[in-house]
Amino acid sequence: MSSRRSRQQNVSRITDDQIIELVSKLRQLLPEIRSRRSDKVSASKVLQETCNYIRNLHREVDDLSERLSELLATIDVDSPEAAIIRSLIT
Amino acid sequence: MNNPKLLSLNSTTSLISRFTRGFIQALIRINKQRPVTSSSPREMYIRHRRIKSAADKSMALAVRSRRNWSRAVLARFRKKRRRHVLVRRITTCAMKKRGLENKKSGHKEASHGQANELRRLVPGGEAMDLCSLLEETAHYLKCLNTQVQVMRCVADSYSTI
Repeated sequence: MSSRRSRQQNVSRITDDQIIELVSKLRQLLPEIRSRRSDKVSASKVLQETCNYIRNLHREVDDLSERLSELLATIDVDSPEAAIIRSLIT
Repeated sequence: MNNPKLLSLNSTTSLISRFTRGFIQALIRINKQRPVTSSSPREMYIRHRRIKSAADKSMALAVRSRRNWSRAVLARFRKKRRRHVLVRRITTCAMKKRGLENKKSGHKEASHGQANELRRLVPGGEAMDLCSLLEETAHYLKCLNTQVQVMRCVADSYSTI
Protein backbone atom coordinates (compact mmCIF):
# COMPACT_ATOMS: atom_id res chain seq x y z
CA MET A 1 0.00 0.00 0.00
CA SER A 2 1.57 3.22 -1.12
CA SER A 3 0.18 5.12 1.84
CA ARG A 4 1.97 2.79 4.24
CA ARG A 5 5.24 3.23 2.31
CA SER A 6 4.95 7.00 2.37
CA ARG A 7 4.05 6.88 6.09
CA GLN A 8 7.23 4.90 6.80
CA GLN A 9 9.23 7.45 4.82
CA ASN A 10 7.58 10.26 6.75
CA VAL A 11 8.06 8.78 10.24
CA SER A 12 11.37 10.58 10.63
CA ARG A 13 9.95 13.64 8.86
CA ILE A 14 6.88 14.38 11.00
CA THR A 15 7.54 18.05 11.43
CA ASP A 16 6.93 20.11 14.52
CA ASP A 17 4.68 22.32 12.39
CA GLN A 18 2.37 19.42 11.60
CA ILE A 19 2.09 18.54 15.25
CA ILE A 20 1.51 22.16 16.24
CA GLU A 21 -1.25 22.44 13.65
CA LEU A 22 -2.98 19.28 14.84
CA VAL A 23 -2.66 20.31 18.48
CA SER A 24 -4.20 23.70 17.75
CA LYS A 25 -7.04 21.98 15.91
CA LEU A 26 -7.63 19.86 19.01
CA ARG A 27 -7.54 22.97 21.14
CA GLN A 28 -10.50 24.39 19.22
CA LEU A 29 -12.60 21.43 20.29
CA LEU A 30 -11.94 21.72 24.00
CA PRO A 31 -14.48 23.83 25.89
CA GLU A 32 -12.24 25.32 28.59
CA ILE A 33 -9.19 26.29 26.58
CA ARG A 34 -11.28 27.83 23.82
CA SER A 35 -12.51 30.53 26.19
CA ARG A 36 -8.99 31.52 27.25
CA ARG A 37 -7.57 33.94 24.71
CA SER A 38 -3.93 33.00 25.14
CA ASP A 39 -1.84 31.64 22.30
CA LYS A 40 0.75 30.13 24.56
CA VAL A 41 -1.04 26.97 25.63
CA SER A 42 1.55 24.22 25.60
CA ALA A 43 1.03 20.99 23.67
CA SER A 44 1.20 18.87 26.79
CA LYS A 45 -1.50 21.02 28.42
CA VAL A 46 -3.75 20.51 25.40
CA LEU A 47 -3.17 16.75 25.52
CA GLN A 48 -3.86 16.72 29.24
CA GLU A 49 -7.09 18.68 28.81
CA THR A 50 -8.07 16.34 25.98
CA CYS A 51 -7.56 13.29 28.19
CA ASN A 52 -9.62 14.88 30.96
CA TYR A 53 -12.36 15.82 28.50
CA ILE A 54 -12.51 12.29 27.05
CA ARG A 55 -12.68 10.82 30.54
CA ASN A 56 -15.50 13.22 31.42
CA LEU A 57 -17.43 12.26 28.30
CA HIS A 58 -16.97 8.55 29.07
CA ARG A 59 -18.33 9.17 32.54
CA GLU A 60 -21.31 11.06 31.13
CA VAL A 61 -22.08 8.17 28.77
CA ASP A 62 -21.94 5.83 31.74
CA ASP A 63 -24.29 8.01 33.82
CA LEU A 64 -26.70 8.45 30.93
CA SER A 65 -26.74 4.69 30.31
CA GLU A 66 -27.60 4.12 33.94
CA ARG A 67 -30.35 6.74 33.79
CA LEU A 68 -31.73 5.19 30.61
CA SER A 69 -31.72 1.70 32.14
CA GLU A 70 -33.81 2.99 35.04
CA LEU A 71 -36.18 4.77 32.67
CA LEU A 72 -36.58 1.74 30.44
CA ALA A 73 -37.70 -0.26 33.45
CA THR A 74 -40.71 1.97 33.88
CA ILE A 75 -41.98 2.72 30.39
CA ASP A 76 -42.72 1.11 27.07
CA VAL A 77 -40.13 2.07 24.46
CA ASP A 78 -42.06 1.44 21.26
CA SER A 79 -44.46 4.36 21.21
CA PRO A 80 -42.21 7.40 21.75
CA GLU A 81 -39.66 6.25 19.21
CA ALA A 82 -41.16 7.98 16.22
CA ALA A 83 -41.66 11.22 18.11
CA ILE A 84 -38.06 11.29 19.33
CA ILE A 85 -36.51 10.56 15.97
CA ARG A 86 -38.72 13.17 14.37
CA SER A 87 -37.79 15.81 16.94
CA LEU A 88 -34.07 15.12 16.65
CA ILE A 89 -33.86 15.10 12.88
CA THR A 90 -36.14 18.00 11.90
CA MET B 1 -24.76 25.61 -4.09
CA ASN B 2 -22.23 23.24 -2.53
CA ASN B 3 -21.31 25.48 0.37
CA PRO B 4 -18.63 23.69 2.45
CA LYS B 5 -20.24 24.77 5.71
CA LEU B 6 -23.54 23.34 4.53
CA LEU B 7 -21.82 20.08 3.57
CA SER B 8 -20.24 19.69 6.99
CA LEU B 9 -23.58 20.47 8.62
CA ASN B 10 -25.17 17.77 6.48
CA SER B 11 -22.52 15.23 7.47
CA THR B 12 -23.04 15.96 11.18
CA THR B 13 -26.81 15.78 10.77
CA SER B 14 -26.59 12.46 8.97
CA LEU B 15 -24.23 11.19 11.69
CA ILE B 16 -26.84 12.16 14.29
CA SER B 17 -29.64 10.43 12.33
CA ARG B 18 -27.65 7.24 11.78
CA PHE B 19 -26.60 7.07 15.41
CA THR B 20 -30.06 7.87 16.78
CA ARG B 21 -31.80 5.32 14.57
CA GLY B 22 -29.37 2.54 15.52
CA PHE B 23 -29.37 3.45 19.20
CA ILE B 24 -33.17 3.58 19.53
CA GLN B 25 -33.52 0.26 17.72
CA ALA B 26 -30.99 -1.23 20.15
CA LEU B 27 -32.95 0.20 23.09
CA ILE B 28 -36.12 -1.45 21.80
CA ARG B 29 -34.28 -4.77 21.46
CA ILE B 30 -32.83 -4.48 24.97
CA ASN B 31 -36.23 -3.66 26.38
CA LYS B 32 -37.82 -6.66 24.66
CA GLN B 33 -35.26 -8.95 26.34
CA ARG B 34 -36.27 -7.61 29.72
CA PRO B 35 -37.56 -10.40 31.99
CA VAL B 36 -40.90 -9.94 33.73
CA THR B 37 -39.37 -9.50 37.19
CA SER B 38 -36.89 -6.87 36.17
CA SER B 39 -36.21 -4.65 39.14
CA SER B 40 -33.31 -6.50 40.74
CA PRO B 41 -30.05 -4.52 40.92
CA ARG B 42 -28.29 -7.20 38.89
CA GLU B 43 -30.87 -6.84 36.08
CA MET B 44 -30.44 -3.08 36.15
CA TYR B 45 -26.68 -3.42 35.98
CA ILE B 46 -26.88 -5.83 33.05
CA ARG B 47 -29.21 -3.45 31.22
CA HIS B 48 -26.92 -0.54 32.01
CA ARG B 49 -23.94 -2.36 30.47
CA ARG B 50 -26.02 -3.34 27.44
CA ILE B 51 -27.19 0.22 26.86
CA LYS B 52 -23.65 1.57 27.14
CA SER B 53 -22.38 -1.06 24.68
CA ALA B 54 -25.28 -0.27 22.35
CA ALA B 55 -24.42 3.44 22.44
CA ASP B 56 -20.72 2.88 21.69
CA LYS B 57 -21.50 0.33 19.00
CA SER B 58 -24.17 2.50 17.36
CA MET B 59 -21.76 5.40 17.13
CA ALA B 60 -19.01 3.22 15.65
CA LEU B 61 -21.54 1.83 13.15
CA ALA B 62 -22.69 5.34 12.26
CA VAL B 63 -19.08 6.30 11.46
CA ARG B 64 -18.58 2.92 9.74
CA SER B 65 -14.98 1.99 8.88
CA ARG B 66 -13.92 5.47 7.84
CA ARG B 67 -11.81 6.00 10.96
CA ASN B 68 -9.22 3.95 12.82
CA TRP B 69 -11.03 4.39 16.13
CA SER B 70 -14.39 3.17 14.79
CA ARG B 71 -12.70 0.17 13.20
CA ALA B 72 -11.05 -0.60 16.56
CA VAL B 73 -14.38 -0.35 18.41
CA LEU B 74 -16.14 -2.64 15.91
CA ALA B 75 -13.25 -5.13 16.08
CA ARG B 76 -13.52 -5.08 19.87
CA PHE B 77 -17.22 -5.95 19.66
CA ARG B 78 -16.58 -8.76 17.16
CA LYS B 79 -13.91 -10.22 19.47
CA LYS B 80 -16.20 -9.88 22.48
CA ARG B 81 -18.83 -11.89 20.66
CA ARG B 82 -16.28 -14.67 20.10
CA ARG B 83 -15.37 -14.47 23.82
CA HIS B 84 -11.62 -14.69 23.21
CA VAL B 85 -10.72 -12.51 26.16
CA LEU B 86 -7.28 -14.07 26.62
CA VAL B 87 -6.44 -13.54 22.96
CA ARG B 88 -7.43 -9.87 23.23
CA ARG B 89 -5.12 -9.35 26.24
CA ILE B 90 -2.15 -10.97 24.49
CA THR B 91 -2.79 -8.98 21.30
CA THR B 92 -2.95 -5.71 23.24
CA CYS B 93 0.36 -6.46 25.01
CA ALA B 94 2.03 -7.35 21.71
CA MET B 95 0.70 -4.20 20.08
CA LYS B 96 1.94 -2.09 22.99
CA LYS B 97 5.42 -3.63 22.67
CA ARG B 98 5.40 -3.04 18.92
CA GLY B 99 4.28 0.54 19.45
CA LEU B 100 7.19 1.27 21.81
CA GLU B 101 9.72 -0.14 19.32
CA ASN B 102 8.33 1.96 16.48
CA LYS B 103 8.66 5.28 18.28
CA LYS B 104 11.56 6.54 16.19
CA SER B 105 10.56 10.21 16.24
CA GLY B 106 12.48 11.68 19.14
CA HIS B 107 11.05 15.19 19.29
CA LYS B 108 8.26 16.33 21.59
CA GLU B 109 9.41 14.08 24.42
CA ALA B 110 6.96 15.65 26.86
CA SER B 111 4.05 15.05 24.48
CA HIS B 112 4.92 11.37 24.30
CA GLY B 113 4.26 10.95 28.01
CA GLN B 114 0.86 12.59 27.65
CA ALA B 115 0.27 10.83 24.34
CA ASN B 116 0.50 7.45 26.08
CA GLU B 117 -2.47 8.38 28.25
CA LEU B 118 -4.34 9.53 25.15
CA ARG B 119 -3.50 6.28 23.37
CA ARG B 120 -5.24 4.38 26.15
CA LEU B 121 -8.35 6.54 25.93
CA VAL B 122 -8.86 6.60 22.15
CA PRO B 123 -9.85 3.20 20.71
CA GLY B 124 -7.05 1.76 18.59
CA GLY B 125 -4.71 4.46 19.83
CA GLU B 126 -1.88 2.10 20.72
CA ALA B 127 -1.17 1.23 17.10
CA MET B 128 -1.14 4.78 15.69
CA ASP B 129 1.65 7.27 15.12
CA LEU B 130 1.35 10.64 16.82
CA CYS B 131 -0.10 12.53 13.84
CA SER B 132 -2.84 9.98 13.19
CA LEU B 133 -3.54 9.83 16.93
CA LEU B 134 -4.18 13.57 17.07
CA GLU B 135 -6.43 13.48 14.00
CA GLU B 136 -8.38 10.49 15.27
CA THR B 137 -8.74 12.17 18.67
CA ALA B 138 -10.34 15.23 17.09
CA HIS B 139 -12.91 13.12 15.26
CA TYR B 140 -13.46 10.87 18.28
CA LEU B 141 -14.13 13.94 20.46
CA LYS B 142 -16.71 15.23 17.99
CA CYS B 143 -18.51 11.87 17.88
CA LEU B 144 -18.40 11.39 21.67
CA ASN B 145 -19.95 14.83 22.07
CA THR B 146 -22.70 13.92 19.62
CA GLN B 147 -23.28 10.63 21.41
CA VAL B 148 -23.66 12.36 24.79
CA GLN B 149 -26.04 15.00 23.40
CA VAL B 150 -28.28 12.44 21.72
CA MET B 151 -28.35 10.18 24.78
CA ARG B 152 -29.23 13.17 26.96
CA CYS B 153 -32.05 14.09 24.53
CA VAL B 154 -33.40 10.54 24.59
CA ALA B 155 -33.24 10.33 28.39
CA ASP B 156 -34.95 13.71 28.77
CA SER B 157 -37.70 12.68 26.34
CA TYR B 158 -38.33 9.42 28.18
CA SER B 159 -38.39 11.07 31.56
CA THR B 160 -41.14 13.48 30.55
CA ILE B 161 -43.50 10.74 29.40
